[in-house]
Amino acid sequence: MEGQSIIEMKDLSKVYNHHKAVDQVSFHIEEGEVFGFLGPNGAGKTTTLLMLMGLTRPTGGWARVCGLDPVRQAKEVKTQVGYLPENVGFYGDLDAVQCLEYIADLNGLARSEASDKIRDVLEVVGLKETVGKKVGTFSRGMRQRLGVAEVLLKDPKVMFLDEPTLGLDPDGAIRLMNLIQSLNQERKMTVLLSSHNLYQVQKISHRVGIMIGGKMVAEGSIKSLGKEKLGVEGEAYSLEEIYMKYFQEV
Amino acid sequence: MQGLFAVYRKELSDHFTSNRFVILFALIAMVSFITSYMAGINLRENLEGVAKPKFVFLMLFNTPGALFSMVQFVAFFGPLIGLVLGFDAINRERADGTLIKVVSQPIYRDAVINGKFLAGATTISIMVVSIVLVIGGFGLSLLGVVPGIEEVWRLVFYVVVSVFYISFWLGVAILFSIFFRSIATSALAAVALWIFLSFFVSLGASVLADTAVPVDRQEKANPETVMKNVRIKEGVSLFSPMVLYTKASATIIDPMRKTTRSLVLLGPMEQLSAARFQNPLSLGQSLVVVYPYVVALVAVTLLCFAISYTVFMVQEIRT
Repeated sequence: MEGQSIIEMKDLSKVYNHHKAVDQVSFHIEEGEVFGFLGPNGAGKTTTLLMLMGLTRPTGGWARVCGLDPVRQAKEVKTQVGYLPENVGFYGDLDAVQCLEYIADLNGLARSEASDKIRDVLEVVGLKETVGKKVGTFSRGMRQRLGVAEVLLKDPKVMFLDEPTLGLDPDGAIRLMNLIQSLNQERKMTVLLSSHNLYQVQKISHRVGIMIGGKMVAEGSIKSLGKEKLGVEGEAYSLEEIYMKYFQEV
Repeated sequence: MQGLFAVYRKELSDHFTSNRFVILFALIAMVSFITSYMAGINLRENLEGVAKPKFVFLMLFNTPGALFSMVQFVAFFGPLIGLVLGFDAINRERADGTLIKVVSQPIYRDAVINGKFLAGATTISIMVVSIVLVIGGFGLSLLGVVPGIEEVWRLVFYVVVSVFYISFWLGVAILFSIFFRSIATSALAAVALWIFLSFFVSLGASVLADTAVPVDRQEKANPETVMKNVRIKEGVSLFSPMVLYTKASATIIDPMRKTTRSLVLLGPMEQLSAARFQNPLSLGQSLVVVYPYVVALVAVTLLCFAISYTVFMVQEIRT
């Protein structure tokens, strides 16, 4: 997949009270690809995503998202990028449509335009039948899909999904991953996917990056990483083996 | 602006549909109903066969009925409205994980806090206005007096001052909800500050004044020491927003008071002439008397909001 870089960063760093959460990370993501963002908990993945969204100020380095600087043009970046945070929350006393209406309001969509779009995205994520049901009663899988619907509402060029399958049952996780894949293929959406579910990531990612202890230790297609680390050709290995290999080295 | 308006609309509808608002409003409506009823009954009895004094209508608000007047009631318990509306403004959204979602939409971060404060202030305004109107209408039927244009203006000023006073406490509550991650902590802290500033400051003021400049109550005290004592007491008690508010609304709602001072030293002849010329202050003069307190009240309200604003803008959105 040869495309243009839609996200680029160089030496991006974040220091929280003398602790280097993100340490000089540089990588890029090409337009239209699914980038799997791997690493143990606390490796700095979420912090990196927040810096790319302009929600946290980097202490060093720079980043470009859709050609924009997240530090100075945070608002413009946020119109292009949809972010689904880890453990996303909802206003429990609203129903799915009301939640989406609020997001549409925040994005400045006109009411008439919004209601069509809301119907569309609910259809896409398969929550059409929940109208009138309060989000507080939703299952975890439904909540994650509603989260994706909120992200889709603004027609983003790029989606940042932070642990979208965390805590989902296998069926829910597979459905969500299929949804993400189809969005990438049908709408040409660039996806930055952070996840612990290595099997799922391997299935849908074009390239992966492995972050450990604030540093990016590997980046590339699964094929090239496999060749580099395990010295084998072909597809006869799992991402898990590669990941563990890197993990043991650090 | 679009973000501010969206947050404002959401917050406003949240306030009006929330149970706590309904309970609070019912409570306050009930108490003001009762106090104004008591005041009205009192007034009707006392005014029978007497030439009607000026500003009877205002007396509905400033005559203590059985326990306290409407104005005193707002001074004491108005802060609770502000606290209840704001104590979980930010930390609940943080805990629920909705804050990060809202700020990752294309809005400026200050839209969140501005929208919340404005929605709270609007709710407070609607509450105060409706209470004053209810009491007014009630008084109309009970006393059968129609308010003059000056009384209406005085009530308008009173409403404005009250809204600022309650909004100050809204600002305090929002500030604590930014500082403290836990909702219970922020609620407790806000209530503790309310109790401290409303009750203990005035208490502490007299203790402090008596220690610094003791006044012998038994013997004839030197007027200068009495004055010194009172100056210290009043100066310290001004730290309490409740005192500030009471002073700021004093001559507006009660034109016969003429001064915001609690102690007025008068000689016998002056007392006599004061008693003979019981004329109310004009509206303009009333405003002149309370002006400094009104300015101070507005200033602390804005200051409180400004602190919340700055803290919120630099705070890490995560954790």
